[in-house]
Amino acid sequence: MTDTPEIVLPEDKPLEIAGKVYQSRLLVGTGKYRDLMETGHAIEASGAEIVTVAVRRTNLGQNPDEPNLLDVISPETYTILPNTAGCYTARDAVRTCKLARELLDGHDLVKLEVLGEEKTLYPNMTETLVAAEELIADGFKVMVYCSDDPLLAKRLEDMGCVAIMPLGAPIGSGLGIQNRYNIRLIVENASVPVLVDAGVGTASDATIAMELGCDGVLMNTAIAQAKDPIRMANAMRLAIESGRESYLAGRMPKKLYASASSPIDGTFF
Amino acid sequence: MQVNVNGDAMQLPEGATVSILIEHLALSGKRLAVEVNEDIVPRSRHAEFQLNNGDRVEVVHAIGGG
Repeated sequence: MTDTPEIVLPEDKPLEIAGKVYQSRLLVGTGKYRDLMETGHAIEASGAEIVTVAVRRTNLGQNPDEPNLLDVISPETYTILPNTAGCYTARDAVRTCKLARELLDGHDLVKLEVLGEEKTLYPNMTETLVAAEELIADGFKVMVYCSDDPLLAKRLEDMGCVAIMPLGAPIGSGLGIQNRYNIRLIVENASVPVLVDAGVGTASDATIAMELGCDGVLMNTAIAQAKDPIRMANAMRLAIESGRESYLAGRMPKKLYASASSPIDGTFF
Repeated sequence: MQVNVNGDAMQLPEGATVSILIEHLALSGKRLAVEVNEDIVPRSRHAEFQLNNGDRVEVVHAIGGG
């Protein structure tokens, strides 16, 4: 009997952001978890290597022995991606990034997000452009949360952003990717990584983003607010891998009508 | 002298440095970043950077976020 040869799939080129290579295409946030232990376990289950954090005032008078997020999500293990969540002006966003760089000993990879209004948390693109320009001039490597407008996405890339991160749907909404056509156009035009940031609600949403050709997905609420966040983190890891494989494999063309899978020839009835 | 730390007024001895403030807040050795009047004070300068009456100080750290 001959041995069945092992099937070896051609290797995928790993995700590369600002010159650093990552094996995982899933990026996760650290907000909205029950506690730090759950945060740590979920992130481990997700397999993510890039993890976002927010920068806020230290609570003065707190228990000094209270564990810190960065004790659980160690910068030695993970690439920490500080965000500018909560900023509504370019000025506040730039200030936040500078504090983050100091906090992380000169680490200059940031997630820029400048919000426009509370109801949708939709990005304010004029302020985002101003902040991106200032941050890039100051040496930051900017991963930018943006609207799904293909022209603005291209402009952010031309300015020097290291990753373009259009929303799939409003932050924390879990509505899934609302405009697949735009995400696809952005992916087609880009020569830097494109990641869907925000809007994913469940594993199939993440798979769709990857099947559209995105280089990765950034999510927080979909994992943190699942009934079982650790299990959902694992589901998302699989969904991202699955979507990527499906994209690389190239799907069959869609047809309007049926096409039998079993041959007609050789029927005996 | 009086400085404003994270939005709250605080009395500090004249000539207090950022290091002294951090000690006063029982935050020594913690991973944090400090801004005085909207300018970063790098960790390497905490010991020498003197605060002045009326300074607005922000002490920040990383928390969960998406």
